[in-house]
Amino acid sequence: MTRQMTGAKMVVQALKDQGVEVVFGYPGGAVLPIYDEIFQQNDIKHILVRHEQGAVHAAEGYARSTGKPGVVLVTSGPGATNAVTGLTDALLDSIPLVVLSGQVPTFMIGSDAFQEADTVGITRPCTKHNWLVKDTDRLSATIHEGFHVATSGRPGPVLIDIPKDVQFASGTYAGPKQARTSHYQPQVKGDLDMINELVDALEKAKRPIFYTGGGVINSGPAASQLLRELVDTTGFPITSTLMGLGSYPASGKGWLGMLGMHGLYEANMAMHDCDLMINIGARFDDRITGRIDAFSPKSKKAHIDIDPSSINKVIRVDIPIVGDVGHVLEDILKVWKSRGRKTNQEALAKWWKKIEEWKAVRCLSFKQEGSVIKPQYALQRLEELTKGHDRYITTEVGQHQMWAAQYLGFDDPNRWMTSGGLGTMGYGVPASVGVQIAHPESLVINVAGEASWLMNMQEMCTAVQYRAPVKQFILNNERLGMVRQWQQLLHGERYSQSWSEALPDFVKLAEAFGCKGILCSDPKDLDDAIMEMLDYDGPVIFDCLVEKHENCFPMIPSGAPHNEMLLGDANATDAIGATGAVLV
Amino acid sequence: MSAALNIKKGSSKHSAYNLRPNFSDVEETHTLAVLVDNEAGVLARVIGLFSGRGYNIESLTVAEVDHEGHLSRITIVTTGTPQVINQIKAQLGRIVPVHEVHDLTVEGPSVQRELALIKVACSGDKRVEALRLADIFRAKVVDSTLSSFVFEITGAPDKIDAFSDLMRPLGLAEVARTGVAALSRGAS
Repeated sequence: MTRQMTGAKMVVQALKDQGVEVVFGYPGGAVLPIYDEIFQQNDIKHILVRHEQGAVHAAEGYARSTGKPGVVLVTSGPGATNAVTGLTDALLDSIPLVVLSGQVPTFMIGSDAFQEADTVGITRPCTKHNWLVKDTDRLSATIHEGFHVATSGRPGPVLIDIPKDVQFASGTYAGPKQARTSHYQPQVKGDLDMINELVDALEKAKRPIFYTGGGVINSGPAASQLLRELVDTTGFPITSTLMGLGSYPASGKGWLGMLGMHGLYEANMAMHDCDLMINIGARFDDRITGRIDAFSPKSKKAHIDIDPSSINKVIRVDIPIVGDVGHVLEDILKVWKSRGRKTNQEALAKWWKKIEEWKAVRCLSFKQEGSVIKPQYALQRLEELTKGHDRYITTEVGQHQMWAAQYLGFDDPNRWMTSGGLGTMGYGVPASVGVQIAHPESLVINVAGEASWLMNMQEMCTAVQYRAPVKQFILNNERLGMVRQWQQLLHGERYSQSWSEALPDFVKLAEAFGCKGILCSDPKDLDDAIMEMLDYDGPVIFDCLVEKHENCFPMIPSGAPHNEMLLGDANATDAIGATGAVLV
Repeated sequence: MSAALNIKKGSSKHSAYNLRPNFSDVEETHTLAVLVDNEAGVLARVIGLFSGRGYNIESLTVAEVDHEGHLSRITIVTTGTPQVINQIKAQLGRIVPVHEVHDLTVEGPSVQRELALIKVACSGDKRVEALRLADIFRAKVVDSTLSSFVFEITGAPDKIDAFSDLMRPLGLAEVARTGVAALSRGAS
């Protein structure tokens, strides 16, 4: 099936052949021919965002909640540079994206033309791979290759820069099958000897723990199923990173909650004291490890990761397995079953007893008293009132994000969209729109702080235009809460620039956007207000005024090991030493 | 340190995936041969990886070596602890147009050669001495005036270092070096 057509038509044809249903984008001079082709067809729905950063985050939300690659279309120059934050976000969180950018015509490249930027140069370090297509005959193959690279191995964003003359010129179209020429074929099967060694360790472990991450979710729903089977049949405890929430159900019996800097006490203590750590699709991020030389000192460590560069990057491991999580878990289960499903029951019972003692500390307990809403209480009520729903949660970045991870429970993968690696304030609003576009009938809530929310609030127009009934649940403390918390703990309570003296009236703002606005400041009204939000058929901006100086605990202070967690304000003073202060 | 840290040879296609069990703090110098698609920006990707992640480049050479297959060979000499060297190899292996990464320093004996042009401006006895030393080092005179020579010398980098050190008191004026090209010894 080779056909002659213009480059612009090829773009649309290639997207159709890749099964793309939705494109998030914003037009401009250098992509007009492609927009003209989009106008003349009905198979691909184009979502007009209000800022290119919003397009990329919306595509991330779409991708993370569907498992399909997100597709973005932006113009040259500022269109492309506005996409850079989203690309970096997707690179750090391994989200598959295909971003198409317009470029000035090939004969003007390098002349500082209007809206010219060296897009492939700028995006080289923030994409998994990128291409500048100078020949229409190469365009379709490059787009198909882009999808292949974005979705295979460790997923990530790719960018294809398409000069305007390449869009106008005619060339030969090649379908996905003819175009597959890439040598890029990452290894998915793990080494069997290593898997045997891991099974051997599973059988003998006295204090084992599974430590899982976003790789399980990226591997697909089958990987989450296999993980559940492995955890439940071995009876081992499991904790997860921020990115991995939902791969094992929060209601499951092995669940210890999230680990890391603001993770649960029992999860971090178990990580510190375990004798076998099985890292599945996580990357020993600094939010997880705390002080490296004191990280889980007594354990044998196994690490399953599709990216060889993740192994031994931060933490030295004893059993490295390079491969796709789903494939490797399948093999582990096969081998473990064939060897008689053995575990050290007696030691395991003792281990669980120890874990129950840590759980008894009840590190997430708080007191809701008085007339001011505690942010933890707001999330607890939100969880209670939305638990049974077909629910997707996105977040912004900061204290509210950590509280959401602590107090909301996820029983399925792909239900939790958050900016983990890059920590991008402004991620949540567009991501929620992207999720809602993918799941029009589901409940989509963006748990936000007022400061982050303001960063990409223009995307509420997008929500209104496409009737995406996203619920913006803003925990408003009139502060940059996490910054304020660090200034309190680290910088002598000098609150430099960490509060907003002028904030909009969110209810009026909602009305101006054409949404519903709800203000709630009294704990007694909270349930009714949340129900009002849920019952409204359309986008809602919920302004929840919360305690202004609440700190997020538990917390591993920078530069401290897992077993030196802070559980509350009482023991937080002077907890961070000078070496910890230089860490972020 | 246990042998368990090794992913066995043959467990993957790329030598970069062979993870060595070494977490020593001692810096080592390694010569890496990287086979890449000769496409726009590929060198920028490799260099950007080194600068972005804070790795050292002591020498880097690149040229297309397979015109039909459009493959280029990049030879990089780098220093770092064994863990950093392993990271460099794994990160290089991750770049999409990279086909193969070989660590010539650990994959058996290899030949390393560099070419240099060395200009020496001198007169009188020093000219005689410069020519005598050039003869010992098998350097060729490729340009000569009454007050200068340009020598061409090939060899391992330390041979070129030694030669230019000897030329310094004789009137070393300018040095141009190509960087290291390297191949493993033997049939494959």
